[in-house]
Amino acid sequence: MIPRDPLGYLPETPSQTAGPYVHIGLIPRQAGFDIFDNNLGETLVTPATQGTRIRVEGRIFDGTGALVRDALVEVWQANAAGRYAHPADHQARKAEDPSFRGWGRTGTDFATGIWAFETIKPGPVAGRAGHRAMAPHLNLWIVARGINLGLATRLYFGDEEAANAADPVLNVIEQPDRRKTLIARPEARDGHIAYVFDIRLQGDGETVFFDI
Amino acid sequence: MQADAEFVARDPAAHPPALTPIYKTSVFRAPHRPLLSLQNSLSDVTGPVFGQDELGPLDADLVLNYARDGGAPIGERIIVHGRVLDGGARPIPGVLVEFWQANAAGRYRHRNDNFDAPIDPNFGGCGRCLTDAEGRYAFRTVMPGPYPYRNRVNDWRPGHIHFSVFGSGFAQRLITQMYFEGDPLIRHDSILQTVPDPAARERLVALLDLNASVPLHTLAYRWDIVLRGQRSTLFENRLQGN
Repeated sequence: MIPRDPLGYLPETPSQTAGPYVHIGLIPRQAGFDIFDNNLGETLVTPATQGTRIRVEGRIFDGTGALVRDALVEVWQANAAGRYAHPADHQARKAEDPSFRGWGRTGTDFATGIWAFETIKPGPVAGRAGHRAMAPHLNLWIVARGINLGLATRLYFGDEEAANAADPVLNVIEQPDRRKTLIARPEARDGHIAYVFDIRLQGDGETVFFDI
Repeated sequence: MQADAEFVARDPAAHPPALTPIYKTSVFRAPHRPLLSLQNSLSDVTGPVFGQDELGPLDADLVLNYARDGGAPIGERIIVHGRVLDGGARPIPGVLVEFWQANAAGRYRHRNDNFDAPIDPNFGGCGRCLTDAEGRYAFRTVMPGPYPYRNRVNDWRPGHIHFSVFGSGFAQRLITQMYFEGDPLIRHDSILQTVPDPAARERLVALLDLNASVPLHTLAYRWDIVLRGQRSTLFENRLQGN
């Protein structure tokens, strides 16, 4: 049904915007109704999860500086030891944590525009062969009305200066000022640390987005 | 990480560009700077794994999953099915496929949808399933209706179903929309027109599949989804410094 190219490969299905009602399918409670017994991605951490509890939060701004209040944000991260809950992760001497999948999703608030995850701080992850380890980071993926192809970025932690300085991905970013768009600012909150990470889709201070 | 776990580079020509003035909302939400191209690392070739025990028995049946006792949504019952494949034409088993849509009148069950069409008390409009060992997915629903939206003053969406798909790695993550063969609104749709290549637009249109229909009961449409393939590297450069 899908025509192959001359070498037999299939072309990727085109992306389309997630639209203004993405909440219905992926976080229906924000759309205003309860339908599933199990809301996937709503909770990352259980009492059994290992690691330091953190909150990450931020807002998303469009090219005019206005809040984007209808976006969906997904996070994919390693556990406290720096291991991903996936069969392709073969890192030696890094324990799996059966109480942590490392994936979650949420919406920006319709009123305040704030998105947030309650999670744990990931450990450093091995880099590509021949490269240094990657500093602790969260992989973020953003979709919304007006975004035609999901935007991938990374959140690094502002209190990991040495690891960030050696990070092989941050160092691919040529302009030092642009690296700062991927660094979350730590703030003390009620005995926990909250990392604040604002995302700018366009213009001054535009967040670095990746083609991965 | 094995080199063959990496995904082939995404072909930008298969997708809409970020900035598509025909779809006005994209104008202030499109990054102006080029995406920074990265070779895959562990962060990209891994991704969340889901199990059947996380889903409910009616999650893939939108006809029943929000219906009141004895009730049923209004509309033309349909089955939508197909396969999730990678760019090497290999089925991808066990991946999460999620879907959401308007009801038969073109109204979403969403607090921000104020289109003057009725909410169907028996229709939620979302569901999900895992692909089977051959990469197949299937669900039952009702045909979504067209609806107007604010872009140009008289823009209407063709009937469509939104899809969210996970592959084996987070780099394969995809959200898109599926349309129905023969819908005359398809050629007027600003959002479908954001995809520049007409052949690529065709790949978003499901075909009527009489063979998969239930005689005297339900019509079926078939639509296959292709995610990025994995590299099949026969030779790899010897990396220095190992």
